[in-house]
Amino acid sequence: MSDFSEELIRPKTEDDQEESCLFSGTGMSFPWLQKHIGTVATGGKKEKDFAQTTNACLSFIQEALLKHQWQQAAEFMHSYFQILEDSDSHKRQAAPEIIWKLGSEILFYHPKSNVETFNTFADRMKNIGVLNYLKISLQHALYLLHHGMLEDANRNLSHAETWRYGEKSSSQEVLINLIQAYKGLLQYYTWSKKKMELSTLDEDDYAYNTASQNMLNHSWKTSVNLCALIQTPGVWDPFVKSYVEMLEFYGDQDGAREVLTNYAYDEKFPSNPNAHIYLYNFLKREKAPREKLISVLKILYQIVPSHKLMLEFHRLLRKSEKEDHHKLGLEVLFGVLDFAGCTKNITAWKYLAKYLRQTLMGNHLAWVQEEWNSRKNWWPGFHFSSFWAKGDWKEDKALACEKALVAGILLGKGCRYFRFISKQDDEVLRKKIKQIKKSVKKHSIVNPGL
Amino acid sequence: MDLEEAKEFKERCTQCAAVSWGLTDEGKYYCTSCHNVTERSKEVINTGAIPNTKIQAISRGLKRKRKLEKGWDWYVCEGFQQILYQQAEALKTLGVGPELKNEVLHNFWKRYLQKSKQAYCKNPVYTSGRKATVLEDNPSHSDWDSEPDLLSDFSCRSFVESGTDSQPDGCPQKPFPISKASQSETASICSGSLDGVEYSLRKEKGIVKMTVPRTLAFCYLSLLWQRETITLSDLLRFVEEGHIPYINAFQHFPEEMKLYGRDKGIFAIESWPAYEDIYKKIIEIAKFLDLPRFPDITEDCYLHPNILCMKYLMEVNLPDEMNDLTCQVVKMTGIGEVDFLTFDPIAKMAKTVKYDVQAVAVIVVVLKLLFLLDDNLEWTLSNIAEKYNEKNKEDKPWFDFRKWYQVMKRSVDEKKQKWEEARAKYLWKSEKPLYHSSIDRAVVYKRREMVVSLQKQFSTLVDSAPTVEKKSPSSFQFNWTEGDSARTCFHGHGLQGILKKKGQSMTTKNSLYWLSTQKFCRSYCKHVTTYEESNFSLSYQFIINLFSFLLRIKTSSLHEEVSLIEKRLFKTKYSKTKKKSRSRKGRKY
Repeated sequence: MSDFSEELIRPKTEDDQEESCLFSGTGMSFPWLQKHIGTVATGGKKEKDFAQTTNACLSFIQEALLKHQWQQAAEFMHSYFQILEDSDSHKRQAAPEIIWKLGSEILFYHPKSNVETFNTFADRMKNIGVLNYLKISLQHALYLLHHGMLEDANRNLSHAETWRYGEKSSSQEVLINLIQAYKGLLQYYTWSKKKMELSTLDEDDYAYNTASQNMLNHSWKTSVNLCALIQTPGVWDPFVKSYVEMLEFYGDQDGAREVLTNYAYDEKFPSNPNAHIYLYNFLKREKAPREKLISVLKILYQIVPSHKLMLEFHRLLRKSEKEDHHKLGLEVLFGVLDFAGCTKNITAWKYLAKYLRQTLMGNHLAWVQEEWNSRKNWWPGFHFSSFWAKGDWKEDKALACEKALVAGILLGKGCRYFRFISKQDDEVLRKKIKQIKKSVKKHSIVNPGL
Repeated sequence: MDLEEAKEFKERCTQCAAVSWGLTDEGKYYCTSCHNVTERSKEVINTGAIPNTKIQAISRGLKRKRKLEKGWDWYVCEGFQQILYQQAEALKTLGVGPELKNEVLHNFWKRYLQKSKQAYCKNPVYTSGRKATVLEDNPSHSDWDSEPDLLSDFSCRSFVESGTDSQPDGCPQKPFPISKASQSETASICSGSLDGVEYSLRKEKGIVKMTVPRTLAFCYLSLLWQRETITLSDLLRFVEEGHIPYINAFQHFPEEMKLYGRDKGIFAIESWPAYEDIYKKIIEIAKFLDLPRFPDITEDCYLHPNILCMKYLMEVNLPDEMNDLTCQVVKMTGIGEVDFLTFDPIAKMAKTVKYDVQAVAVIVVVLKLLFLLDDNLEWTLSNIAEKYNEKNKEDKPWFDFRKWYQVMKRSVDEKKQKWEEARAKYLWKSEKPLYHSSIDRAVVYKRREMVVSLQKQFSTLVDSAPTVEKKSPSSFQFNWTEGDSARTCFHGHGLQGILKKKGQSMTTKNSLYWLSTQKFCRSYCKHVTTYEESNFSLSYQFIINLFSFLLRIKTSSLHEEVSLIEKRLFKTKYSKTKKKSRSRKGRKY
């Protein structure tokens, strides 16, 4: 359930961004808790015991939820409902949302709860206070989806889509878009199921035509539903992906490109690595020129230098004719290996070993030194300790060899990692180690004479 | 849509609380601000789809509403009388003698009505128009014994009224209430009682206005007069546990006593009674009623410190032998004297003793005398007692402070947790919701309905056996048994390890003492001392916390009471210690 609420927080306006900032980094967010603390702090008058009860009740519920004591949580919830009758209108108005969040969480997990209970609760909560109707409808639909009740979810979304509250509906446009988009996503699901069916049919078959006609209908409805949402700034990965898939299927490459370019480059959208990945994959499928692919990955490199596409990026750069691309290629490799998650990536080490030799042979010692200067303080401990040498040798001898070569080039013959590996006596690798020794002697950037 | 026609409909929108209605083509009301369509439309649909019926349906709706809001004519003081009556009945079921209700409380209340010029006097305060007040005309009004008569009298009148209401056009037989009703609808400030509005506006110097918390002051005064075995903290605890009607006491008013509008401010309570607050009200009321000196509190009374100390020693599982010491402290400080204990409202400085707090404070002082409570000596003495008990398993065991602490700590924490949970689960709102004005009515009732249905839904998720079972009233909160290691009973344990023989008498091994307050505040800020927890030893904090939880009072007020007892006990030393910075001093029996 928590995933649902996260998705709901995002599309909101600036006011909410502040709030989510507060919690970024903790990995957990209780926006309503913050609100709650706020109201407690401002109370100048002596708090009535009624408020004390509801506050205490809320913290008991939170505690129970954290400990997964659904039974207890439900017990306290029973008392917490009275906050809907609070004489303080601020609290009363904030209450439905809190109740919905707590209550749906409880009903999601409680052993005695079932879809019916959840439905009753959701329907009741939708009609308490105007502002929550859409949010609750959406989360209700997500709950139904989770339980595989696609049709009910779809019905729910259609219902929510048509709901209007006069002035209040305009402020919730994003939510309506989101609801429509989810509806679109459901339609996409049916479409892609149909697509699968279609692929099993013979083109000459009688059924083929009706089926493809059916698909076409679906895709049209879907695009209408998805379109509005992905114009609005936000992170809409699943929606964009399915939308693009449909566009591509019907041959609208330009439309797909436009959507993806907009999603990746529009400054109003939050920075999103996936947007660039989608665009890159699309362009790759389209066999776009290398230059273009490089420019897309350059941005991804700035956002996620450790992404697995970076090795592909390196290959592209290596193949490029431009000199600064070659330099960037080296940077990218070093960048990838800065991350603890990539330390055992043999491809990265292989590339680096190879590329270092290539660069040094090409008389670009300065490039290597530039990269190495900022890392020479910590890479030896991070990658090239004797602990790592032993471990790598034990686990993956090929990796150890590549690393030894890099270590030798960067740190010289005296480095522990290199020394450990070069001392190893392995029948299969004897030749390779000999080669490494030779390469190191030839290319090492550390001058042993000095 | 037709905004003109919709003007008749004045209830608040259940969604956005605005009063701005339009009519849809189907004749449904919809809110122009949030486009919510009301339930009223359902009624219209039910009565038939013909557009003309809608006006009839509306008028019927309005009439039905008026019928609900009109009940008997009643005055605010009658409401309080109802509450007092319920409380007195509840006290009777708790085992208090019937005289309390029939004689004492009845007389106090009569006296109150007289003093506040509401009845039993020549010119009652009721405003000119309603001079024909029910109070004087109805001889049985404030007579407790004839309460049933009072009720039957009321129901007679209600017959008459329901008769008028059943006539379709409702010819106004009673000019006052009807005109009042229409007036109230326009002004939207109204009340179900006849004088609710005036009552809440009335501010007369020298008159103590009745409030719901003051009903408890009345109850306590009667209990004190009767020298019953209920202390103030007991009374308030019974209120909290629901044995005495207090919160939502208006719920049990007769059906025809309608409450709304200003009555809400007068009768709705959203806090539990606090000890200090009620204590102040007790003195205030006693002075206002000009009550004579209360019956003497002598040594055989429950409220005498000797007996109360015994009771609290049992309650907190301390050895019976300590009672000798508490009696000595009581004697030395003179707090057992009749004149000191007896409440005399007409005395120059009217103040009543907080019997329960004082008794507990005496126990704290005795604990300090025995164990010093400096986070050191009590543990040393515990080691000695533990060794002795191990060696002499057959003998009467010596009191081991550490063991006692462990048992108490666990029990109190458990109890506190339960208490906090019960407080968090408390349902404040009455089944009969109160609303400010008639246009709020629908919203308030709808809200109530919502809460009830949500509660119903969630109660199916809860185990059928309720975790907070209703406790039967008891003046004891703990229960100690011999044998059960979690609830070990220390009542029979001896103090030999802590006392030593000196000539004929016994004296404490510990010869040191420290004062809880070295210097009393002499300014006019009302409190004599403050309690900053972190300045005191952990044992002292534990003891203070334990007892103040037991009495449901603030730790600071118990600390203050302890300081006051010490002030009496070390009177001579106090004048000397003014110069000394350290207040540790020797002390012997």
